[in-house]
Amino acid sequence: MSGTTVNGTPLVEMRDMSVSFGGVHAVKDVTIDLRPGEILGLVGGNGAGKSTLIKTLAGAQKADSGEIFIDGNPVTITTPRDAKAYGIETIYQTLALADNQDAPSNMFLGRELRTRWGTLDDSAMEDATRKIMGRLNPRFQKFKEPVASLSGGQRQSVAIARAVHFNARILIMDEPTAALGPAETEQVRELMRQLKSEGIGIIMISHDIHDVFDLADRISVMLQGKLVGTVNKDDVTMDEVLAMIIIGKMPEEVTTKELEQLHG
Amino acid sequence: MSVVEAPPTQSDTLEPGSRRSLGSYLRDNEIDTRMVGMVAVLLAIWVAFHFLSGGTFITPRNLWNLSVQTSAIAIMATGMVLVIVSRNIDLSVGSMVGTVGMVMAMLQVEWLPPLMGSGNSWIWLITLAIGVVLGALIGAFQGSIIAYVGVPSFIVTLGGLLVWRGFAWLTASGRTIAPMDATFQLLGGGSSGSLGETGSWIVGGVACVGIVALLVMGRRRRRKFGFRLRPTWLDVVLGLLGCAVVLGAVWVMNSYYLPENLALQYAEEHDIPIPEGGLQIPLGIPYPVLILIGVTLVMSFVTNRLRFGRYVFSIGGNPEAAALAGIKTKRTLVRVFMTMGILVAISGAVSIARLNAAVSGLGTLNELYVIAAAVIGGTSLSGGIGTIPGAILGALIMQSLQSGMVLIGVGAPVQDVVLGVTLVVAVAIDTIYRRRAAR
Repeated sequence: MSGTTVNGTPLVEMRDMSVSFGGVHAVKDVTIDLRPGEILGLVGGNGAGKSTLIKTLAGAQKADSGEIFIDGNPVTITTPRDAKAYGIETIYQTLALADNQDAPSNMFLGRELRTRWGTLDDSAMEDATRKIMGRLNPRFQKFKEPVASLSGGQRQSVAIARAVHFNARILIMDEPTAALGPAETEQVRELMRQLKSEGIGIIMISHDIHDVFDLADRISVMLQGKLVGTVNKDDVTMDEVLAMIIIGKMPEEVTTKELEQLHG
Repeated sequence: MSVVEAPPTQSDTLEPGSRRSLGSYLRDNEIDTRMVGMVAVLLAIWVAFHFLSGGTFITPRNLWNLSVQTSAIAIMATGMVLVIVSRNIDLSVGSMVGTVGMVMAMLQVEWLPPLMGSGNSWIWLITLAIGVVLGALIGAFQGSIIAYVGVPSFIVTLGGLLVWRGFAWLTASGRTIAPMDATFQLLGGGSSGSLGETGSWIVGGVACVGIVALLVMGRRRRRKFGFRLRPTWLDVVLGLLGCAVVLGAVWVMNSYYLPENLALQYAEEHDIPIPEGGLQIPLGIPYPVLILIGVTLVMSFVTNRLRFGRYVFSIGGNPEAAALAGIKTKRTLVRVFMTMGILVAISGAVSIARLNAAVSGLGTLNELYVIAAAVIGGTSLSGGIGTIPGAILGALIMQSLQSGMVLIGVGAPVQDVVLGVTLVVAVAIDTIYRRRAAR
């Protein structure tokens, strides 16, 4: 397996993670790792367990068993707060925005800036939001309106800004471009490359195999709650990854006939 | 770069007749147009009743009474805003008023005097403190069942509606408890339960200074960060308007005099010579209204300036997002219901003080008036939206309708019909307004 460390300790290692809902194994004995400055594509069909797996890392879902290591040290993550304390930021597919509140409130949700009297410092939060948005999405101007009134792309940039602002070391992106148009998608891709160059590790969940091939360094494939395997992007073809996703066979196991049938 | 320029479509001169651009102009300057509309509705109601009643509505006497009658409901409505914003409901507040009010009555009439000596000047305060603690405990108890056990608030507080009504009866075996402690009575307003002329002007003056200070601080803060400022003239107008409303209200309160027989009695007691043309002792701001003002300030502060308030709104907007952001949603919900309980106790104190008695039916149907006030005031039952001043305006609109109808001799059944229709119409207008604003 290519999970062996080449350049030192992995940033994150999730070992033998299992989650079950009422006897159904959503995630079973999955082991993945993520290195600094790497984009790991996590792919699989619907119900493969990708979102559940990353939720255990984000503190949004309790794992039944398994261990998580950050920088080689075992950690316990049971709440979103724990995850954030370890520099793990998550952009959910639903974006997890409070629709009735404005962009600054959402940016700082749960981590509000306060004045020395302990009251909310809305001006400072708006200022910080304007600064980061100036970098991520310079055309963004609706700082005072409920995010419900923003476009899909604008909402996405609020969610991304929130993750980036707090100096994440580990970024989880669940379908980061699903709701976006072509221009906005390119913007997000560019941002991901930039974050990667800053040494941030990114776990990216995507349905879009082209997206994954374009951005990821390694690809972990899940099927029915289990890890099919992890491959280096440069060592495989798109069809081979598709075979992993659909029939759960590694490139060395799959036959030419099976590969042809994928397109049948 | 961080400075936003005014949208180019807006001109600084307002054209008369172009209401749309006026609305968006106000919104751009962070003025709540919805609230402006509600004030307009309130004034329209006042003017209409003034003419229908032959000039008796907009008088110091009526407005003074109106303000006192509004207080008890409005105090609770500020808490109901938070409850509803968090996607919950509290149907038990009326019955809680009964239980907490009855306990406070028993404390000052039957339980504390034997321990402390009757007439002890601390009785009123200890009674009030115990009442507030009891209200908080009941609220926390109901809130815990809702947040930690996961029983819907509708069910928990529907149960509470029955339970606390029962306890209100059981506390005094259905007796009427009266009269209240002399000091405690002041909380209800009444002839001596108000601030007097000088005190009222002082409160008005402090409020004006506060308004100006808030505007100046707001400008300073925005300038510090380089945000767009409101036009200076608009801030000046807002400041003048705010001060005018405050001082006008004080003037109205000071224009209502102690009834003649009471004034004479007061004069005798205090050896004041009776001038020609009769003695006129201004009542000034009634204590219940003063309590309401205090509650409003505290609740507005909690809602807008503290993390707790922000979390309540976040939970209402998207409970899942709030939890994922690391907000302790369950604890926050318990606190919401605790706050509601504290406000119920304060409102109950005002009610028994005003009645100068506690009966086991105290507060009956209050839950509906409180919810209606919050909803008329723009609180959305789907959660996440609502304001404290809106709820108070809602309570004032309802009470104005009710008092006005009494003044022009409309019977109780028709009053109920009108209030019911008002509730539905208000929410219908609000729904349409929001749908249009969302576009």
